[in-house]
Amino acid sequence: MFRLKGVKVKGILSVPELTIIRNTITCIVGESGSGKTSLLRLLNQLDSPDEGEIWFDQCPLSETDPIEWRRNVVMVPQAPIVFKGTVGDNLQIGLSFSDKPAASDERLMQALHLVCLEKGLAQDAENLSGGEKQRLSLARAVLMNPMALLLDEPTSALDEDTANKVFQRLTAFIRENGKTLVIITHSRSIADTYADLIIEIKDGMPQVDGRVYSERND
Amino acid sequence: MNGTIDLLFWQLFAAYLFVLILVVIVRIRGIPREKEIFIASIRMTLQLILVGYLLVYVFKYTHPVYTLLLVATMLAFSIRTIIKRAKGNLSYAMKRIIAFSMTSGILVSLIFFIFIVLQLEPWYEPRYVIPIAGMIVGNSMTGIALGVNSLIEGMHIQKDKVEAALMLGAKPKAAARNIVNQAFDSAMLPTINSMVGMGIVFLPGMMTGQILSGTSPIVAVEYQIAIMLGIVGSVSLSVILFVQLGYRTFFNHRSQLDLEGSGKIQR
Repeated sequence: MFRLKGVKVKGILSVPELTIIRNTITCIVGESGSGKTSLLRLLNQLDSPDEGEIWFDQCPLSETDPIEWRRNVVMVPQAPIVFKGTVGDNLQIGLSFSDKPAASDERLMQALHLVCLEKGLAQDAENLSGGEKQRLSLARAVLMNPMALLLDEPTSALDEDTANKVFQRLTAFIRENGKTLVIITHSRSIADTYADLIIEIKDGMPQVDGRVYSERND
Repeated sequence: MNGTIDLLFWQLFAAYLFVLILVVIVRIRGIPREKEIFIASIRMTLQLILVGYLLVYVFKYTHPVYTLLLVATMLAFSIRTIIKRAKGNLSYAMKRIIAFSMTSGILVSLIFFIFIVLQLEPWYEPRYVIPIAGMIVGNSMTGIALGVNSLIEGMHIQKDKVEAALMLGAKPKAAARNIVNQAFDSAMLPTINSMVGMGIVFLPGMMTGQILSGTSPIVAVEYQIAIMLGIVGSVSLSVILFVQLGYRTFFNHRSQLDLEGSGKIQR
């Protein structure tokens, strides 16, 4: 699916080679500032690499329409962003941004249930707690029914039990619906439990099992 | 009483007493502004004397080139002032958009005003065109200057919200929509407030000038209403052009937010 070759970002990230396979769950771990978010931003086309190329199947990302791409490969940032309005408005806004038809209240409630957020659709989103806002952002992305989800520490503001519950439901949804999930997490236990592949970013270079990714392939 | 009172030199000089009062106030309060007050007073005096003689010449030897040249000079200075007043270092693209919006908005309103509202004969009559152009340019300049700062600040402060919208597949236009609306609103507010207060809170300069020079207050009011509407048209046209084009300079060709490429806030 995603194939990165010789990708470099301004001294932050250097990826000789990396493949993320379709319909799998990949966890990216590593210390703060190691380049994890930069990698996710590249996959969402929110940034472009200074060097190298990223392919999706056989197509270079630089040749795709970035807006159409982000509608299919949706990213959720670590700091949750809520827009002015109710919980319902915030769920619908992703669909509205991507020119998709509005969802029924039933679908909105299903999305909230998936992320363990039992809130009314009419509630003011600004009044939610940090963890609730994080789950609302996640539900908004799920509702867009994208091909792939890129999540930057989606449960960092949640307690361990809730985080595990959210991951259980989310990963089940991903596997049932044949989607691809790339998650940045600080929790090694979550990575060990749910990931098909764990990539550790160390000093801006992706490694698997302690070895630079390309060496492992060799 | 008919006609105007021609001010004698000492009468005009007496008015400078107000500047002295200001200097005394800032000195007593320990505000270090004396130098700026003196420079501003001297500049104001010299600039007005210069423009007075220039207008005497232009009114005497009426010619379309002189009128157009004066309007172009006003326009160029106003664009320069907007760029200098901006809170950030503006990119070349942003400067071009400011110049384009100001020129288009002002010219369209001025042409409409001269040919449709006033139906001037000849169209370049400097006694009408220059003061009207001055008011339109001045107000549009204030509007765009506010719009520029609001747009730059909005894009920096709400950067995360704009990027969150892009992550959800929003087009740059949709991602920047609220910021663009806020910039338009803050640019238009002084003009709207000035309409609300006009005639009650203050008497506008042009109307006061006409009344002082002996024109009937009713005629002065007619002109004031017309020019105020012209100003509203010019400011709204210039500002909407600016915000609609200006937000695009914050995005690159891959629809990525690029704050370095446009107005950079000076810290």
